[in-house]
Order: sequence, then structure tokens, then C-alpha cells
Amino acid sequence: MDGGARLNVPDRDLSSAHMKVGRAAWAAKYYQTFDREAVLRIAEAVAKAAFDRAAEFAELAVEETGYGVVEHKTIKNRLCTHDLLDHYRDMDLVTPRVDEDRKIIELPKPAGVIFALAPVTNPVATVYYKSILAILSRNAIVLSPHPMAKQSSVAAARAVAEAAEAAGAPSGLIQCVEEPSVPLVEEIMASDKINVIMATGGNMMVRAAYSSGNPALGVGPGNAVAFVDPSAQVDAAAKCLVDSKSFDNSILCTNESICLTLEENFDNVKRALRTAGAHVCNEEDTDRLRSYLWGDKGFNLEAIGKSATWIAERAGIRVSPTAKVLVPVVPKPGQDDLLFKEKLCPVLTLTAAVDFQQAVTFAKHAAKRGAGHSAAFHGNDQTHLVAFSQAMPVYRVVVNAPCSQGAAGFATYLPPSFMIGTGYSGRSSIGENVGPQHLVHWTKIAFGSDVPANLEVVDLSQTTQTPAPTASPMATVPDPSPQTDRNEIRQLILEELRSLKGSL
Amino acid sequence: MFNYGYFSFASKEELLTKAAEYWNPGKVKFWQDAGTPMVIDRREGYFLHDMTGKRLIDLHLNGGTYNFGHRHPELVEVLKSGLDYFDIGNHWFPSVARAAFAEKLVATTPHMKYAIFGAGGAEAVELAIKTARYATKRKKIVSIIKGYHGHSGLSVATGDERFSKIFLADRPEEFFQVPFNDPDALEQELKKGDVAAFIIETIPATYGFPMPEDGYLKACQDLCHKYGAKFISDEVQTGLMRTGVMWGWQGYGLKPDIFVCGKGLGGGIYPVSACMVTEECGQWQVEDGAAHISTAGGSELGCLVGHHVLEMLQRPEIISNIDFVANFFARSMAEMMARHSDLFVGVRQRGLVLGLEFDHPEGAIAVSRALYENGVWAIFSSLDKRVLQFKPGVVKDVELCQEIMDRFDAAMPRARQLLRSMRRVA
Ligand SMILES: Cc1ncc(COP(=O)(O)O)c(C=O)c1O
Repeated sequence: MDGGARLNVPDRDLSSAHMKVGRAAWAAKYYQTFDREAVLRIAEAVAKAAFDRAAEFAELAVEETGYGVVEHKTIKNRLCTHDLLDHYRDMDLVTPRVDEDRKIIELPKPAGVIFALAPVTNPVATVYYKSILAILSRNAIVLSPHPMAKQSSVAAARAVAEAAEAAGAPSGLIQCVEEPSVPLVEEIMASDKINVIMATGGNMMVRAAYSSGNPALGVGPGNAVAFVDPSAQVDAAAKCLVDSKSFDNSILCTNESICLTLEENFDNVKRALRTAGAHVCNEEDTDRLRSYLWGDKGFNLEAIGKSATWIAERAGIRVSPTAKVLVPVVPKPGQDDLLFKEKLCPVLTLTAAVDFQQAVTFAKHAAKRGAGHSAAFHGNDQTHLVAFSQAMPVYRVVVNAPCSQGAAGFATYLPPSFMIGTGYSGRSSIGENVGPQHLVHWTKIAFGSDVPANLEVVDLSQTTQTPAPTASPMATVPDPSPQTDRNEIRQLILEELRSLKGSL
Repeated sequence: MFNYGYFSFASKEELLTKAAEYWNPGKVKFWQDAGTPMVIDRREGYFLHDMTGKRLIDLHLNGGTYNFGHRHPELVEVLKSGLDYFDIGNHWFPSVARAAFAEKLVATTPHMKYAIFGAGGAEAVELAIKTARYATKRKKIVSIIKGYHGHSGLSVATGDERFSKIFLADRPEEFFQVPFNDPDALEQELKKGDVAAFIIETIPATYGFPMPEDGYLKACQDLCHKYGAKFISDEVQTGLMRTGVMWGWQGYGLKPDIFVCGKGLGGGIYPVSACMVTEECGQWQVEDGAAHISTAGGSELGCLVGHHVLEMLQRPEIISNIDFVANFFARSMAEMMARHSDLFVGVRQRGLVLGLEFDHPEGAIAVSRALYENGVWAIFSSLDKRVLQFKPGVVKDVELCQEIMDRFDAAMPRARQLLRSMRRVA
């Protein structure tokens, strides 16, 4: 019957995406002159609108993707609203900086148009987070969601965009691709009309971002090792681990993948994990879990973001209905066991080294699979902590806290972030938690060190403006000048311009 | 050497000689005298490249023909795909492309019933006049002085006599002209009771885009209806979102009985035009569908492109871009006028339709030349040479718009110099 279209139709989505980028460039042009007050007003409005609908969009995201837990997603979404803004409120990326001693003036220059990927794991939180970063840094942003999370991402982006516009942002400041695809993303990433890419997602996408020829902030996958040192309060550590792994069913790249301890401590840790609500597997369960999670084609995608009991049932393991985390046990820390790979689900592989030296060696190799990302340390032994941190190819070591939340800045004082910079170890240009400051460069006006200069008198007030609404020359507005009083109008315009500029 | 495979020219000079010899000596000479001897070679986006390699930003757009720029990749893709399936078609028969395009056009203007197709703007005007005469059984057509509706038999008779007298094509007994922005003058003609229609460009382009006064167009439309005449909008330059709405008349609260569009409808890559009519006016299509025939009118390839042009123009991204471009030039031109108030004395604007007024009877010729020398191509208004037509397209981006203003500013001293020497001659 229907053999498909008889004519070849251009990719409308791709073409619209290019148009969105063009529109964003217009928005950026105006927005980058906005003053700090206007920027904060827009950021507040967006944070509020985003907070108000955090639960609704969390539900939508879980429904759409099948990943995670609504209550936890709600928390994550909310963290990317007021909390995120509070963290950065005092970071002024708008006002020129004057350093009189060093005779340097710095003028902020926003990137322009950001092209940002939002992953399937944290669709709404990422949309919120990247939009607020764009607002605070005075950039325009075009978001491209993961195809499996497009509905919730588009809905969240629309809510954020509407709130921004209602608070005075130029139209088109925040936009979202409605029908994303891999070819679309690749083409837009390579467009010379975008100024920076914020890539979060699969390794392939991140590599594509770096290959695009455009500046990119890309972050790679994680594979966090949590080391439970003999000096640790085991029960507290186990609680952290279970809380972290069950949080949103581990659908955060900062979640712990491996719990590593020393043999002397092995039984102790097992017991504590059990007490904290984990199901510690026997050898048979461990094998079942391994073969369920790793089929022929790599990690079994259906397990991503599912609960421990759901996974246990699919894997054929009997667990208590209250089990929050599954803990397969690999008694010797070798590198080759599949269970030592990244697992975006509440499965935490437990292993034990003979001594601290072996533990560090193992941890360092395991962390290479999520290089540049995060690790956790439980214990009070400062020497061990430093040695561990020095050896690990990661840029965050979360101490005595859940790593999922801690590395993302929600249970530590790290900057709250849904872009965990994986740095040079992780083949990324950035090793910190990405913030709005990474989206602005500064023009440095540097006076000769020996030449007298008075920076105090430099007038920097023209670098920003209080945004004024402009009359539209469009058809919806009644006509201006009939020809007869053209001179009058001209006079008026001239006067207005004079008053604007002070003098002409 | 300019080798095009099918033909070749040793130089631009050789081309100009041959063009004068075999094609049109008058036009060749005119542009040489004007100091803008352009021969467009390559073209893409909003850029033209002269045979010398000189690049020009196109702000002429042939009245909106290149609304989307030259050879917009998406439209080219549509046409290429169409060529794998269609040709111009057989005008006698119903066709999928024509039916679909007609439906899409009618959907943009629900009070219209039929879309009748042609290949060019003048042909659509021809159709409009014939339709009005059929519907009213009257013959007289009123237009405005310095209106412009094309150069075919009936359309040229509505316009400036420069174009009709030379061919003995003026028809003073059937075609009357009244001043623009003067509803009373129109009423004097309508009162006689024998007027079939009043035809007017929503904003008269070739006259330099003087803006209709508040209520003028509506008054004309109401007067037409009061005296049993049809109101025809010529939307050839104001349609297709150029004034910020799909059809210019929509922004003036009008409901024309007939309106025509062309130029950009074919995306600048395949000619097509349309005359939109109400059910009442279009009755001749019921009575005798073959009363009007045009072999190339409503060619299927043109319909396919036109269909896509409308679809693109309806995208929210485009609508927003138009808003940005229009606002940008409103602001920038006001600033520019303040900087060069000795010669730049006025801006007429509605959306992407701008007329810039200069303080000399032929001021726009000088400015056009100065802009040309600075890499921008914008044409003066044939019927008011004080006014430069300035017509940005719907997908212009921010960088290009800024570049245009920078070049404009740079061109002003040269314009001043040219004007000074023109004044000396005068
Ligand atoms: C307003 C208007 N109507 C009609 C026409 C005639 O169109 P065409 O040259 O396609 O016959 C033109 C052409 O410039 C025009 O500007």
C-alpha cells in the first residue's frame, strides 16, 4: 500500500535547527549587553518557573525514559533551580573588573550561542542547569535532547524559555530542538554559527563534539570507585553507598560503581551494607547478575535506571522486596571482570584488596574506565586519603559522603553541576564542575607596568545597558509617519538619539 | 576566461559587448552609466558575485524574489527532488502539485476560495483584472499614480505612462489613475458607477515604499464596496511575510476581493505566481474553466517549490528572525540617519520593506552607487529616485545585518561626494 513518499523531502528538523541557531545569535547579540540586574531578574524568574514544575517534569521524564525515580528526579530538578542560582548569584560575569594594582581592566565577553546536549539520564535537570548557566553568562542556548527524552526535555525547555522571555529576555534566548537525531546533532555541532558546545551524553557524542571543529566542553562517562579505608566508620560509609546507589536508581554518572575495601575489613563492610539495605550476592547470584547485565552486545540497556528489585527479578535472583541496592561480590580485584565496569543502575560491585598499596593500584586502573571523573573515600586516615587522591586519575574525591550527589556538588561544597569535567585524563578540555564562568572569556586591557595610568577615571558604564523594549516596525503596529509630518518625526528621532547618547 | 561549458566569454568586457549587441543595448548602457555595471555570476545566500569577482550583499532581492536568499539549499533540494518526478505539467488537467499548492495558499487566507496560477506577477495581475471585470461586468480599472503592476497588456495600462505609451499600450478610456493616499480622489472615480476594480500595491514599491496613511487602504476598500467595485491588493512585493505577516493586507485589517502574489513565491528558483479570488469573483472558473489558459502558469515544479516556500515561511523560527531583522534595521537606520542627517533624511519601514530617503532628486542613485562600491547592492526606486529600496530577506543573520550597516556607514562619505558633484551639474 504505502511505499513511502514518492518525492524526497528535505530534512525539516535539520533546517529548523539551523534556523534556531540563527535566531539564538540574534538573541545573544542583544542579551550580551544586558546589565546585571536584568540578568539576575531573568535568572530568578527561570529558577522559580523551573522549581514550580520540577515534579511535573520529573514524572514526565520517568514516564518517557523509564529511568530513575520520580521523587529523586524531582530533587535533582529542584537542585538545578534556586540552589544552583544561589551558588552563583554572587559570581558577577557581567560587570567589568578593574584591578588597579595590576593596572588591568577586564571586560566580559560571553561566548554567544551555546549548543548543548541533554542526556537521557538527567533530561530535565540538564535543561534547567544548562539554561541557567547560559542566562548567568549572558549567552543564548540551543538545547538538543536525547531522542528518548525529547518530550520532557522540550517541555522543560519551553517552560524555561517562556519564563525567561516574560522576565525580559530576548525571544529565542533558550530554544530546544524538537526532533533530535544523530545526523542533526553532528551537523549543528559543526556549524560555524555556534560558539561553544556543551556535550554531555554518550562517549560517541562527546568525541563528536570535540571533533566538530568548534570549541567544546565535553564530559565523559564515570566509573567511580569508593574506597572504604579501615579507618572508616563502616556503618556510616555503607549508608552513604546505599543512599547514593539507590538515588534515582544510580542514573548519575557520579554514582559509585565499585566498593573497594581491604580484606581485613571485608566482612565488616558486607555486614554494614546489608544493614543499610543492600542485597549482598553469593557467588551464584553474582554470576547471574553478571550474565544478565552483560549480554552479547555489552551492557544491557533495559537495566539502566531500574530499581534493585526489578533488576533482581529479571536476573533471577531472590531478594527482599526492601532491597535498595544489589551488591555482587568479586573477592579478588582483577581488572577483567565485567562487573568492574560502569553501571547506571543500583548495582555496586564489592571487592577487597590485600593491602592499601594493592587497593590503590586496582582503583587507579578501574578509574581509567571513567577517567577524569570521580571517586569516593570513606575514612579518617589523611595519609591514605592524600595517597589515594594523588594516584587516582580523577578530579573529584568525595570524602565520607555519597558520591552521586557529592561529586555533583549537592552534598559537598563543590559547585552544583550536571557537567562533571573529566579533564585531560578523560580527554576533556575541562576538569572542574562546569559553571557559568566557563562560558565567558574576558578581554584584558593591560596598561604598561611602568607607565602611569589612572584606572579610576575609566568610564565602563557603556559596556552594559538596561534593556529597553523597542517598538516593533512590524505590521501589527500602527504606521508611523504619513509623509507630511516626516520632518517632525525625524526631529523626534534625532532628539531621542541625542538624549540617549548624551550628545552628538 | 569564463568557461561555462555551454558557452564561454573571454572577459566581462566581451560579455557586455555581446549583451549590448544581441540582448538589450539600453539596459547595458544604463548600468554602465550609473556606475554599477554588475554582471551577476555566482550567487549564494544573500551574496552576489560580479564577473570581476567582486562580492555584493544583495538588498535588492528583486523585490522579494530572493526572500530566502539565492539558491537556498533547502529550496534547491525541493526543486531537484521535484525534477526527478515532475515537469511543468499539463495545464489542462488537475494535478497533485497544483491542487496541494492551491489548498495551502487558500489556507493562509480563508476568505478566499480559489488560487489561480500564472508564471509571473504581471500575469497574475492580468488575471485579477479579468476576474474583476467578469464579476462586475464593468470595464474601468482605477490605480494610483506611480503604482506598478507589471508590463503585460492590462497590467501595464494601470501603471506609469513611461512604460505604456512607448508601446501604444496606454488605454485612457479604460484605465484611470488617482493620487496615492487620497481616498476622495478615488471616490470621485468610483462615483461614476462604472469602475470594475481599484488595484493598489499594499505599499507601492516602485514608488519607493511611501507608507499608506492610517485608514487609507481600508477607506479605499470600503469605497470600492460602496460603489460595487472590487478591491485588488497587489502583494507581489509585500506578501510572503515581508511586512511581518503572510500577506501585507492582513496588517491593515483588509479583506481584498482579489489579491496577487509572485516573485518570492517561486523561491527565486522556479517562476510561479498566483491570483487569489473570493468565491463570488471566481465564478468564471465554474462557468468556463478554460477561459484563461497559461501553459507555464502554475507549472507543477513551481507549485512544489511554492508549497515549500509557504511551509518555510510559517515556521516560528523564521517569524522570529523576521522580527529581529526588522527591529535591527529600525534601530540601526535611526542611528545612521542621525549620523548622516545632511543627506539621509527619512526611513519608511514596515517589516523587511524599507525605503530610505535622501535629500536630492536623484539621491538614491548616488547612494546605490556608493553602496555598490562598498559591496552592497540596493536599487533606487524607479518612480522616485530620492528613495533607495532596502529589502533584507527573511533569513538574514545577525552578522550579515551588522556588516551591512558597517558598509552603509562607510559608503556615506562617497555618497556625499557623488551628490555634491551631481548638485554642481544640476
Ligand atoms: C508590485 C508588483 N506587481 C507586479 C509586478 C510584476 O511582476 P513580474 O515582473 O513577475 O511580471 C512587479 C514586479 O516588479 C511588482 O513589483
